[in-house]
Amino acid sequence: MKEPIISVRNLTKRFGNFTAVNAISFDVEKGEIFGFLGANGAGKTTAMRMLCGLSFPTSGSGKVAGFDVMREGEKIKRHIGYMSQRFSLYNDLTVWENMQFYAGIYGMSARDSAARSTELLQRLDFLNERDTLVGSLPLGWKQKLSFVIATIHRPSIVFLDEPTGGVDPITRRQFWELIYEAAATGTTIFVTTHYMDEAEYCSRVSIMVDGEVRALDTPAQLKKQFAAESMDEVFRTLARGAKRGE
Amino acid sequence: MRQLIILLKKEFTQIRRNPFLPRLIIAFPIMIMLVLPWVTTMDVRNVSVAIVDEDHSQLSQRITSDVSAAEYFKLTDGVYSYSEALALLEDCQVDVILSIPRGFEHDLSSAQPKKLGVDANAVNATKGSLGSQYLVQTIALTLSKQLAEQGVEAASDIVVVQNRYNETLDYRHLMIPALMIMLLILICGFLSAINIVIEKENGTIEQINVSPIGRFTFTLAKLIPYWIIGLFVISVAMLVAWLVYGLSPQGSLGNIYLATILFILGFSGFGVAIANKSDNIQQTMFVMFFFVIIFMLLSGLLTPISSMPDWAQKFTLILPPRYFIEIMRSVYLKGTTFVEMWHNYAALTGFAIVFNLLAAVSYRKQS
Repeated sequence: MKEPIISVRNLTKRFGNFTAVNAISFDVEKGEIFGFLGANGAGKTTAMRMLCGLSFPTSGSGKVAGFDVMREGEKIKRHIGYMSQRFSLYNDLTVWENMQFYAGIYGMSARDSAARSTELLQRLDFLNERDTLVGSLPLGWKQKLSFVIATIHRPSIVFLDEPTGGVDPITRRQFWELIYEAAATGTTIFVTTHYMDEAEYCSRVSIMVDGEVRALDTPAQLKKQFAAESMDEVFRTLARGAKRGE
Repeated sequence: MRQLIILLKKEFTQIRRNPFLPRLIIAFPIMIMLVLPWVTTMDVRNVSVAIVDEDHSQLSQRITSDVSAAEYFKLTDGVYSYSEALALLEDCQVDVILSIPRGFEHDLSSAQPKKLGVDANAVNATKGSLGSQYLVQTIALTLSKQLAEQGVEAASDIVVVQNRYNETLDYRHLMIPALMIMLLILICGFLSAINIVIEKENGTIEQINVSPIGRFTFTLAKLIPYWIIGLFVISVAMLVAWLVYGLSPQGSLGNIYLATILFILGFSGFGVAIANKSDNIQQTMFVMFFFVIIFMLLSGLLTPISSMPDWAQKFTLILPPRYFIEIMRSVYLKGTTFVEMWHNYAALTGFAIVFNLLAAVSYRKQS
């Protein structure tokens, strides 16, 4: 078998006495849509930030796109895309300016980034909004735009932190179509979500409870393992035992 | 390099789109330079004087009319007794009381002349002490004229008038270079700090942190626009000083611009370092204000360093504006050359290096 694109062993993050992520281990294969589930405060975002080189692990080891998360954070950043929980495009720049900016800071040439931006906007059917200020777009559009901008430099992995929070069902559906399209071209998708119907779309799903990975398998296998009808039930069964969170 | 250009392009687009910033950058220096030189004066004016005249002589009349004619004083009418005047003083309606005793004119040229009394309200210490000194000068002038008319030889020995406080014009010229520095502190320090912290508040800095952009490149891209804006602002301020107050530097413009560049390099780095350490705008503003107030009050901007206590004078050595203010004042007013002030330039260079290193080091992409 090929080498996994993300490989994590006993990754731990402590803030003082609080262990946010407790010795998690898992592998993600290339081209997978990997669902990273967990209740609020389970440690998903912290784990994801370690994988993106935003946060140093306290202990453990991990490799992302072949680079060490402890020492080679800056090299990882060249190969990943990241869409954070908070909307983080520049509201006072236009759609096109945001795209050129992010393409540029990843070192794409002006010609390449213009061609890529046009292609992505065409796919979104958004070409005639290219000179609109991002701040004036509706949330659903902002989220879709964030996603295509996270993939503008053709990263091998895209990390999505609750990308569909607060978005209507139709837009969510379109959003997942975008994710599938990206995955079809070989991009690995690492996504956290609170929507269990979205979990069903993933190739494999891990569920975090209290900073630990409690379950990891395909949605079908998980349902079988927990004798559940839906991912929703699986999640409830696991999350009920949680000590922290809301 | 291409990354730097892309970051700069984005910064300038954002500054241009900001509904407030471009206007601030143009209006702020003009407003400050038009208004503040008139009001930041230490000259005392409008001193209210009550004269208690118990002499009712020609001389006491003469003193009264001279006092009321002097531009510093406002005479309070209708005061007939000392106790009345004292009540007004307590009420803060009068700043200084002059009492002329009975028989003052009569005894003036005798061996033991009667004494005039001056009471000043020193709650406002400057107004009280300067007011009474002005008054003494005015009276002295009147008396010396009177004595001269009477043919008394000693007149010039009794009174020597030194008009030391009527230096309004010079005072304004002293303040203008200092006000330019205040402008630079506010524009280069605050704006660059706020600019970084806004990226934190909007979460866009996170997107920068997951990108391969180097922290030096990012910091530099945040600083360069404010260096350019700082140079623009000082040019506008110098233009206003020349057009409105007829004040142009005695020394070379090159010396001023060199010092300005060094100072804004250092100070915007300082702002960025503070922004890197804070989480939101309020925090940045409070910390900046703390330092800016120390800079303004301790670096000789408003009060001379030489009249501060010894420990404070030593402390001013670690304040960058101190060196810049010295350069600005002496280049502007005395025409001092670079060679005479090289140690000030060296100090500013040192601060620029330290603060910018601090700015780059305090920015962390991975925590």
